[in-house]
Amino acid sequence: MSSIIGPANFEFFGIFPAAILSFILPVVGVGLFAYIMARRLAPLVRAAPDYRFDHIGRRIQKLFVIWLGQIKQPRYMLAGVLHIVIFAGFLILSIRSVSLVIMGFSGGFVMPGFDGWVGVVYNFLKDYAATFVLIACIIAAVRRGFFKPARYAVPEKYGKDHTAEAIFVLGIIATLMISESLFEASELAYSLKETGEAHFVAPLTLVWILKHLLSGASFGFLQGLHIFSYFLHDVTFFFFLCFLPLGKHFHVITSLFNVFFMRLDKGKIKPVRHGVTEEQLDDLESFGVKKLEDFTWKHILDFYSCADCGRCSDQCPANAVGRPLSPRFISIKARDLIFQNYPLSGEIYKSKMLVEDIYTEDEIWSCTTCGACEEECPLAIEYIDKMVDLRRGMVDEGMVPQSLQKPLKALEKRGNPYGKMEKKRADWALEKEFKAAYTIKNLAKDEADTLYFVDSITSYDDNIQEIARHTAVILQRAGVDFGILGKEEKDSGNEVLRFGEEMLYQDLKEQNTQAILDTGVKQIVTADPHAYNALKNDYTGLPPVRHISQVVAEKITSGALSLKPCLDPDKVYVYHDPCYLGRHNGVYEDPRQALDAIDGLTRVEMEKSRDRSFCCGGGGLMLFYEPEEDTRMGVLRVNMAAEAGATVIVTACPFCLVNIQDAIKVAGKEGEMEALDFTELIARHLR
Amino acid sequence: MEILVCVKRVPDTAENEFELNSAGNDLDRDDLVYSVNEWDNYAVEEAIQIVDNVGGSVTVVTVGDDESEEVLRREMAMGANNGVLLSDEAFEGSDGKGIAAILKAEIEKGKYDLILTGAQADEGAGQVGGMLAAMLDYPYASLVNKIEAVDDAVIKVGREIEGGNQEMNEIQLPSVLSIQTGINEPRYVGIRGIRKVASVDIPVKGAGDLGIDAAKVGDAGAKTKRVDYFVPDLGEGAEMLEGSTDEIIEKLIEKLKAKGGL
Amino acid sequence: MTQIFAYIPFKNGNAEDVALEYPAAAEKIDPSASLTAVVTGTGPDVDAVAEEMTKTYKEVIKISHADLAYPNAELVRKALTDALPHDAVILVPHDTFGMDLAPGLSVKMDAAYAADIVDFEGIDSNALKMIRQELGGAVYTHVTSDISTGAVITIRPGSFAPTEAGSAGGTVIDKSSEVKDLAAKRKFLEVVVAEVGDVDITKSDVLVSVGRGIEDEENIELAQELAEAMGAVVSCSRPIVDAKWLEKSRQVGTSGQTVKPKVYLAMGISGSFQHLGGVKGNPFIVAVNKNPKAPIFQVADVGIVEDILEFIPELTEAIKSQ
Repeated sequence: MSSIIGPANFEFFGIFPAAILSFILPVVGVGLFAYIMARRLAPLVRAAPDYRFDHIGRRIQKLFVIWLGQIKQPRYMLAGVLHIVIFAGFLILSIRSVSLVIMGFSGGFVMPGFDGWVGVVYNFLKDYAATFVLIACIIAAVRRGFFKPARYAVPEKYGKDHTAEAIFVLGIIATLMISESLFEASELAYSLKETGEAHFVAPLTLVWILKHLLSGASFGFLQGLHIFSYFLHDVTFFFFLCFLPLGKHFHVITSLFNVFFMRLDKGKIKPVRHGVTEEQLDDLESFGVKKLEDFTWKHILDFYSCADCGRCSDQCPANAVGRPLSPRFISIKARDLIFQNYPLSGEIYKSKMLVEDIYTEDEIWSCTTCGACEEECPLAIEYIDKMVDLRRGMVDEGMVPQSLQKPLKALEKRGNPYGKMEKKRADWALEKEFKAAYTIKNLAKDEADTLYFVDSITSYDDNIQEIARHTAVILQRAGVDFGILGKEEKDSGNEVLRFGEEMLYQDLKEQNTQAILDTGVKQIVTADPHAYNALKNDYTGLPPVRHISQVVAEKITSGALSLKPCLDPDKVYVYHDPCYLGRHNGVYEDPRQALDAIDGLTRVEMEKSRDRSFCCGGGGLMLFYEPEEDTRMGVLRVNMAAEAGATVIVTACPFCLVNIQDAIKVAGKEGEMEALDFTELIARHLR
Repeated sequence: MEILVCVKRVPDTAENEFELNSAGNDLDRDDLVYSVNEWDNYAVEEAIQIVDNVGGSVTVVTVGDDESEEVLRREMAMGANNGVLLSDEAFEGSDGKGIAAILKAEIEKGKYDLILTGAQADEGAGQVGGMLAAMLDYPYASLVNKIEAVDDAVIKVGREIEGGNQEMNEIQLPSVLSIQTGINEPRYVGIRGIRKVASVDIPVKGAGDLGIDAAKVGDAGAKTKRVDYFVPDLGEGAEMLEGSTDEIIEKLIEKLKAKGGL
Repeated sequence: MTQIFAYIPFKNGNAEDVALEYPAAAEKIDPSASLTAVVTGTGPDVDAVAEEMTKTYKEVIKISHADLAYPNAELVRKALTDALPHDAVILVPHDTFGMDLAPGLSVKMDAAYAADIVDFEGIDSNALKMIRQELGGAVYTHVTSDISTGAVITIRPGSFAPTEAGSAGGTVIDKSSEVKDLAAKRKFLEVVVAEVGDVDITKSDVLVSVGRGIEDEENIELAQELAEAMGAVVSCSRPIVDAKWLEKSRQVGTSGQTVKPKVYLAMGISGSFQHLGGVKGNPFIVAVNKNPKAPIFQVADVGIVEDILEFIPELTEAIKSQ
């Protein structure tokens, strides 16, 4: 098409064939990349096992939605759109880059299948791709360099600012885009100048602009520029390839795998060690994560994959209230340690106890396991399992704060964190007025279809026992034949498991499972999302478990329950999604449906709702833990509700109720706002 | 340093509601849960920390029945190296001196540089440590909330005294110390830890093994004996004070005076 | 006839309150018993205290020795073993000094030992019947001690009504010369005074505890004034610490300190489970809350429905004027 000499035929100073260089460059580049990757694989090989080869179909689907579809990206609109542009551009331009490399020593090379109209369309597309990527890079660089969004800031305790690396990489990408376009534009300009024949170029693309800019250049300049831009692209390309595994842009390579191998089951906690059954746990030398290599290979892959975008920490309630935890730095600190312990050459260093070396005890205890970070991560990085594994390691070493030792010991001795006597577990049913009107079956003696699993806080906390009574009233009125376990019930252990006390959890689980199976019930209902989660996701072999809000929604639809018009139509209600009902189990609509079934009830939504709900402060053992913090999560949550214009915060979790009730008082909003449990609101409106 | 820590299995005050039996002369023990005396737990943690720093070993000993073995295992799960159970029917009903005499016999069979006890246990007497020291003619300090090793022969200890002040003493080894809570942060022991030491052998020694005259210990040798348990009438719920603020204050001051609040 | 000796602890030349509580205790042990005060120390302080005791006790034994300048329990024990008869009843306060001294003393005296006695019910053929508490105050027990070979008994300070310091016109008997060598293997070095503001609420017998009802940081001062008037210490519930109105070390509750006071004034505290979990030892609980339905009233001994912001200053005033 033109007589410009391509890199495959060009000779430097008329003697040295450029093809040799363009052959050596990929050989060296790919070789070096392979070496670096082999070093990077070393910790994965040494890491703990993880079973991630199941449900291939679902995994491929996740790959399409989360990786290829970039579904999480627009949750942060500007950054998300920029990322989608760059990501899509990379995918499109990868073909072009590969053919460019080959063109370097094989003149006139065309990708198989790209010689016809496909090639024409592709060329059109890739020119726009390069242009948009360049624009996205410029916007991104300006954003990071000048506007500096807060979530990218690196607090002093976590090391130096990461802006330089980010801008540098944007510069590399821009160089790739410009050099690629120059390479093509110089050829087009040459051809035009020589033959006067204009080839079609996608208008307003980078190539198009450059071609026009170069229209006045000499043949010599264009030839030189053609070769220069080729090698600039080639060198930059292989430099970038080898640079990727050295920092946060490793995700360009690992994200595909990280998403494919992501955790599929929400609400579940990984076993202590994959491949070791519960019966074999006693034989394990050590529990949990103490050293780097105790993480599973997937968790190491997580660390490699973190793109440092800061969305996890931006959503993290612990981070928001100034607790010493920022999930982003759980990943970054581990990745830095991996890079340090597994250098690109030489000896591999031994890992010290992580909690002491890179993490602090408070940091790891600060997590409420609300799951906001995981929900947000565009790369499907996991945090809860890591927290639990680190806690398992600390528990195994005896590193448990005194404030948590008391309730743990009480759970061991009495099956509840308060140390109350087992025989008083059903005392909530003895309240005078309630007792006069209702009799609760004890499934140790009586029979029923349904078990109402009360759990500890609702059984023992004087203020929360109301939830048990309201739940019982609703079930009775809905015609559900139910009973309770009474003193046979133990704490569900949702937090015991998540606080790393595996054997105690196993103990509680066994006792509950046995007691439940002995009753022969066909379904389990609970009003405590933590119990709901544990029984539904962590336990095995139980009848189906439902939250009371699901029962209520169903019974309203079926007509078994009908609700009065709103008793307080002047109030403005807002529903707060409990983490263990919403994010971990996807129950978002049932409670809302039930609320909306109350005629004349005004309901608003908080900005952070459904899967972006903000944790109230945590349940179970978290009530006993004393974190360092500037304010309480509940206070922030109450303020969010106030901003939404609500006067009543309705929640469907006893722990949320405790935390939000407290927070209303701390926030000085007593009288202005109130917290109400879902069961109370429904029970009051029963016809 | 060779350290012996004397521990006791007690009803757990945090996890129990104490009620009397139907006869009203003993605790209703059906629903009680037991654990290692809280103060002893601090003593064991302290011993482990000392040994971690200067070397040596920690032995835990208790006087009690077969069930007391569980507290020895819990303390061994914490990190104590050895456990000894002193158990004999003849030991039952011992008063503080009886317990101290039994412990003394065991201590004389070994060679310990430091003997630790909890500052007090379920009975709240805080007696065994001081008695043991006097019987052994070892120096003693109670309510210890700080231990610093000076050298092989001398340690520096802080005692918790009134007003949150600390009394510093220099004590020659061997010595007996009773440990106050808060001296450290005892490590957590879970079910897993206890299972790990479940099969470790714990020797059981009786009066014969220790060379103790059965008549001097147990109920027979006790000069102080518990006769019964009782709960004074406390009534239900608060007595609500009513009337004008002045009247209420007057009544309240009277009550505060009676209860030692003024 | 029972001989009772009462050990008089003192600080800076002033006998501690228990000195005036022994007579009531002795009366309950055996009304016919002789009661002798024992004072150990050195210099003008011990002389002054011994002299002071003659107003309350018929007989005061004084042991003055240079090594007794600080009451090192090991040395005091030796001095008492040397100077007192071994078949007598010796009373010591159940405090940090008494706990250091008394158990060993009973061994050296070869006497029975009873600790932390809150009441006596007299002697029945050498068996002295007493009342004490166990399990952190959850239950009471009767115990008996065979006092035929003497007894060392620690009594809980504040359990016996103090006698008015009268004019017993007693005499001081100087037994300093009976004390032999006072060498001990424990040497007192110094007292490290707790840092100001570093109050240990777990060690206080009377707590004025404030909760949300205090409403504002400035009002904490009201509680402090009341505590000062009562000789108590201010503690609080979690919200107060959260608001950073008081330091963490003052928080009572499962997530804070566990306290075992004798008297607990819950001011504007609703009485959450978590808070009450930190109150042990069955104290006398006074609850003041403007909400008559506050759960605290279920567990309190005395309840008052008032706004603490108005009630506390009046109570402080009334106590001060007493």
